[in-house]
Amino acid sequence: MPVDTSPEKAIYVLETGDFQTLLDAVMERGHSIFGPVLRDGAITYDALHRDTDLPLGWNDRQQAGSYRLVKTKRKTFFAYAVGPHSWKKFLHPPSDMLCAAQRIDDRFSINEPDREHPRRAFLGVRSCELHALAIHDKIFTDGPFINEAYRRRRQDILIIAVNCSHPSETCFCTSLQTGPRATGGFDLALTEVLTSGNHHFIIETGSAAGAELCARLPVRKAARTDIEAAEKVTSAAAKKIRRSLNTEELRETLDQKFSDPHWGQIADRCLACGNCTMVCPTCFCSTVEDTTTLTGEHAERRLKWDSCFTAEFSYIHGGSIRSSTLSRYRQWLTHKLAYWFDQFGMCGCVGCGRCITWCPAGIDLTEETRKLQEKKFVIRRTNGR
Amino acid sequence: MAGKRKPKLAVWKFASCDGCQLSLLDCEDELLAVTGVVEIANFPEASRRVVGGPYDISLVEGSITTPHDAERIHRVRRASKLLITIGACATAGGIQALRNFADVDDFISIVYPSPQYITALAKSTPISDHIPVDFELRGCPINKYQLLEVVGALLNGRKPNIPPYSVCLECKRRGTVCVLVAQGTPCLGPVTQAGCNALCPSYNRGCYGCFGPQDSPNVAGFAAVLEQLNLRHDDIVRALRGFNAFAEPFRKVSEAYEK
Repeated sequence: MPVDTSPEKAIYVLETGDFQTLLDAVMERGHSIFGPVLRDGAITYDALHRDTDLPLGWNDRQQAGSYRLVKTKRKTFFAYAVGPHSWKKFLHPPSDMLCAAQRIDDRFSINEPDREHPRRAFLGVRSCELHALAIHDKIFTDGPFINEAYRRRRQDILIIAVNCSHPSETCFCTSLQTGPRATGGFDLALTEVLTSGNHHFIIETGSAAGAELCARLPVRKAARTDIEAAEKVTSAAAKKIRRSLNTEELRETLDQKFSDPHWGQIADRCLACGNCTMVCPTCFCSTVEDTTTLTGEHAERRLKWDSCFTAEFSYIHGGSIRSSTLSRYRQWLTHKLAYWFDQFGMCGCVGCGRCITWCPAGIDLTEETRKLQEKKFVIRRTNGR
Repeated sequence: MAGKRKPKLAVWKFASCDGCQLSLLDCEDELLAVTGVVEIANFPEASRRVVGGPYDISLVEGSITTPHDAERIHRVRRASKLLITIGACATAGGIQALRNFADVDDFISIVYPSPQYITALAKSTPISDHIPVDFELRGCPINKYQLLEVVGALLNGRKPNIPPYSVCLECKRRGTVCVLVAQGTPCLGPVTQAGCNALCPSYNRGCYGCFGPQDSPNVAGFAAVLEQLNLRHDDIVRALRGFNAFAEPFRKVSEAYEK
């Protein structure tokens, strides 16, 4: 949405020693930069100012239910996959004030909060995350109901994407055509090229703002060989991806398997903790919470991240519609992989693998979906559970 | 509320450490606001002044461990319009419910020089096992903001925002990195009710389960995760036997692992 149409794509080379000039140019343009930083044993997204704030020389090892950092000898900048945070925490924050009310005698006044309008830059956005941003853009800003808070936060974001060189074991973007190479939705896209003699970035412009930035950097025009080297990085990354999701007739298959006993086997392992929905870059469900001070003079209404794994989520008069963990897991997976198409005309999953890594029980949605797909469709009488 | 008398609030203690009722005094900045909207009618930790019942709101701390208390709680109930139990002792039996897994007479004979003077029930039980309870506020100790939230909600006639879901939601909203996934630390967060704002994981510790089981707990599935982390069966029993050991979802699985 905020990305201008590119006048002409240009490709440059920036030496790693000059990386700080990029950060400086972004900050001079008035953007505060957010990107990958090390925190509490993981690569998270937070404010950064210097290239040395990046997780230099760190790799990650991800498996279903497990995440570990590994230090390497080489001073790589982006040699890791996505971590527990996603960009939604900045654009659709976990807790957001909608309005406040103040009692004045017998009346009350409503005060809307100052809508923040920060100029931010997101550094290190992966291709799967660009697709996740596009999904949220559609949900929040394309349609009859616009989420004004999201729209304002989103409009001035400068996006510096990074093409993936080190996908994790839980990644499966290639199945959904969402990566590892960024194809659009960025101002700049970097590829970190590390060969025996070279360590530099290939920078591709994706917008006028991106081109303007490059004009202020000590870059040189990329040669054919530079571009080929960058392409090799992403094609090698694509080959490293082991997990897959077969999307062929997935919507129909999931419809047919609605009463399959396999859901019960998943529910035996599922902790209904909600972690998958919290780390998912496309899960957007929220609840609205009203609070008052003791005297009742002041009240606030906040929007908070919610999860379809809680009992309260589906509470209507008389009780929860989805009282079992089985029904909640099925709701989450079928919404993401099937009903999202009906609702938004697209798949709700971008293949980033976060829900697999950060599930304490290590439940793998690609594996569970595959098991459901492999099972023969039988019509059975069921009480639905 | 102008012109109306202030609701009378009473605080009652049963078998407990007093930590939860002290959360009320710990309100500090908000304490004057509390006394502005309710009359503290019976709160021996705060004042020797006692106003007679009936009481609009009773906060009950502690578990039932003696025949005397099993009878006294009925008198408290009769004198209270709304009765709210506060803390792990009152809502689950507390840490003293560890005795429920053994013979209380064995403990008494070891601990007390003159055991003949001790009259104790075989089990430490939550208040709700004895009388109807209007609301349960979890925690060891309770969170003072949750206490203010419940009192504020009651006074303003709205539903209290006390979410019964897992600690994980609070961790993720704060942006805390999962200590279980990223470090292999045994953390009870996935099966424990939120309310502390995920305090321990934010200090790089696993959750101890102070707020008791979340409303949809899969404790057996969670114990299987702990086994994957190479915890032995007795470690798993100990992990589940904390302040909320006698809460049924924790108790059932800890007993299964004890066999």
